[in-house]
Amino acid sequence: MATGNSEVVNNAKALSIEVDKMSKLRVIHYINQFYAGIGGEEKADIKPEIREGFVGPGMALNTAFKDEAEIVATVICGDSYFNENIDEVKAEIIEMIKPYNADIFVAGPAFNAGRYGVACGAMCKEVQEVLDMPAVTAMYEENPGADMYKKFVYTVATGNSAATMRKAVPALSQLVLKLAKNEVIGTPEEDGYLARGIRKNIFEEKIGAERAVEMLVKKLKGEAFVTEYPMPAFDKVVPGKAIKDLSKARIALVTSGGVVPKGNPDRIASSSAQNYGRYDISTVHDLTSETYETAHGGYDPVYCNADSDRVLPVDILREKEKAGEIGELYKYFYTTTGNGTSVKNSLAFAREFTKELIADGVDAVILTST
Amino acid sequence: MRLELGHILINDVQFGDVSKVENGVLYVNKEEMKALLLQDDHIADIQIELAKPGESTRITPVKDVIEPRVKVSGDGGIFPGVKNKVKTVGSGRTHVLKGAAVVTAGKIVGFQEGIIDMSGIGAEYTPFSKLNNVVVVIEPQEGLTQYEYEAAARNAGLTAGIYLGELARNLTPDEIEVYETKPIFEQANEYPELPKVGYVYMLQTQGLLHDTYVYGVDAKKIVPTILYPTEIMDGAILSGNCVSACDKNTTYHHLNNPIIKNLYAQHGKEINFMGVIITNENVFLADKERSSDWTAKLTEYLGLDGAIVSQEGFGNPDTDLIMNCKKIEGKGVKTVIVTDEYAGQDGSSQSLADADKAADAVITGGNANEVITLPPMDRIIGMLDYTDTIAGGFNGSLKADGTIVAEIQIITGATNELGFNKLTARTY
Repeated sequence: MATGNSEVVNNAKALSIEVDKMSKLRVIHYINQFYAGIGGEEKADIKPEIREGFVGPGMALNTAFKDEAEIVATVICGDSYFNENIDEVKAEIIEMIKPYNADIFVAGPAFNAGRYGVACGAMCKEVQEVLDMPAVTAMYEENPGADMYKKFVYTVATGNSAATMRKAVPALSQLVLKLAKNEVIGTPEEDGYLARGIRKNIFEEKIGAERAVEMLVKKLKGEAFVTEYPMPAFDKVVPGKAIKDLSKARIALVTSGGVVPKGNPDRIASSSAQNYGRYDISTVHDLTSETYETAHGGYDPVYCNADSDRVLPVDILREKEKAGEIGELYKYFYTTTGNGTSVKNSLAFAREFTKELIADGVDAVILTST
Repeated sequence: MRLELGHILINDVQFGDVSKVENGVLYVNKEEMKALLLQDDHIADIQIELAKPGESTRITPVKDVIEPRVKVSGDGGIFPGVKNKVKTVGSGRTHVLKGAAVVTAGKIVGFQEGIIDMSGIGAEYTPFSKLNNVVVVIEPQEGLTQYEYEAAARNAGLTAGIYLGELARNLTPDEIEVYETKPIFEQANEYPELPKVGYVYMLQTQGLLHDTYVYGVDAKKIVPTILYPTEIMDGAILSGNCVSACDKNTTYHHLNNPIIKNLYAQHGKEINFMGVIITNENVFLADKERSSDWTAKLTEYLGLDGAIVSQEGFGNPDTDLIMNCKKIEGKGVKTVIVTDEYAGQDGSSQSLADADKAADAVITGGNANEVITLPPMDRIIGMLDYTDTIAGGFNGSLKADGTIVAEIQIITGATNELGFNKLTARTY
């Protein structure tokens, strides 16, 4: 019996080794000239190359993967060369790694080396976008590369020098495996990466009111507490230069008040808009309750539906155009609902249609909100 | 002012020949309740439906949720100035059908009503999935203005709440909670060693489906003032508000304000809870300036050391929230603010429309833009006609099989800013 059992175990073990070999995750590692042992600053201008297997710090990383993954190739590039030829180098490296059919790309750790950090972040972002392959890097939080890329790329937090390599490797290897296996990533604290600024909902143990009272008691006692939402730094928008002669100006109307042709043809959402509309008003002199309405779900719509000029003042601008006070009302208006619409979406909309406004020689925009 | 809340625990609701409460079961005489609600000329028809926890039931478009309550002793009646004479409430004894609620639903007034799922993932986001709900589905008369319809629907919910609350008048409560706040100097002297804490209660006041009523007064027209916390438990504050239903306070939320309850829980232990300052969130800048000046002034006047400030809504009211926070902190009063977030569907955008470094202690009810898939339900109370257009929905939200893919914004009470829920958001 005993013999029989051990045979079964041995067979199973052999089988699992076989499977492991076949299913080991394939990792591409990116390092700079220094960690490849080629040289320091004097070799920072070397062009990218790729070598089979691991090189330099890749050895520790490869060991940390145990049987789950292996570094199949290592890309090496000089930091100066990368940063001075960033677009070409990125494309070149993408072509180098394509044939390896890897599961994940890992760069660094870069610790506090600025140009190396930027190269690691930029390369990871490129791999994610072009090859649709997960990527992860590691560096010190004050590395300029962290600020530039942590939003796009998981960046494991390390100390500020290579002396902390031993601490960095386990955290990095764990996150590499998690990402490659498409596992749920925990909080920055749990998985040791720099916060990316992505807000995600979770259920707490206690209700918000109880948390609020506890936080206030701590604040009153002068004890430490952790705010659930650190205040963001806000963009300050500098007002445009004044128009010297309105009588020659081409003026456009843009609104976040949700004014749309009746029926909302582009289905702009009543809240959290994912799109905007552009509508021709070259022959329109007045918005009426038969022709326009608001799609906006965040304010009392009755007055706007009765007369949408109240939100998008086409009638007044036509009068001013006729009287020669303004040069011309631009032929289109742009509209979305500001209600619950993220700043990110709003910026993306404006970046897009502002190009059209500029191309069409619009001198000024009247932006109405509600 | 001292109030006893007598809870009669309800664990089931059924239709019956006589409306009554027996052994924890609420029986509803459908025809009697319907006839009462149809006395309003604005209403063409009423359906009464029951929705219980765990059922495959979806209620939409939801306008308000009301807890049945009745005053059995002390001045005034429930919902003073609206359904009862405008007497000051908040003392004596009030009975509550705990575990039951009236939900008003029906054809939309605006784009702004919500969804309550009684089971599935959506049920985890709304507190009302845990209640035995008597749903009043309203069919308005043709030709009503939106204002008339909104007022009729609001009134129907309160009428139904009073009708059911009345059943509790002569019952013996299963449990009694006691809340007391004393006149200001007496209260200050009761716990002189503890920090004096107040609650700044912001009320949404921006027009149709954005309104709140205080003793029958449209809160747009109030200046900030002081209430005993127990007045609110007797219905001094009523909701006319379900815009982006995730973070609007239903009447149920007001009656059961968890910030008030949790401040009382620490009253005499860690803090001396002095009272409630109510304020509004009007659209005009002058109103915002005046109201935030006054809340700050009142915190100073009350000699507070700390205050919790709760917001209602988002976007425009973020400015009221930050103005309140900044000015109250400016008086040397420490604040914690309670809000929710609109960080975009991917969570990468900034969450609020205004910010200030004074707001260093924030509680959040979560990101309302996060997308959720609500599975189809066997039974729909109300109608799905508006799913794509109500706030949180988008073109294509409603699938052919009844699945809804939408932002959690669409779920009534999901990111409530009174800290009613366990939901929060973290930075990843």
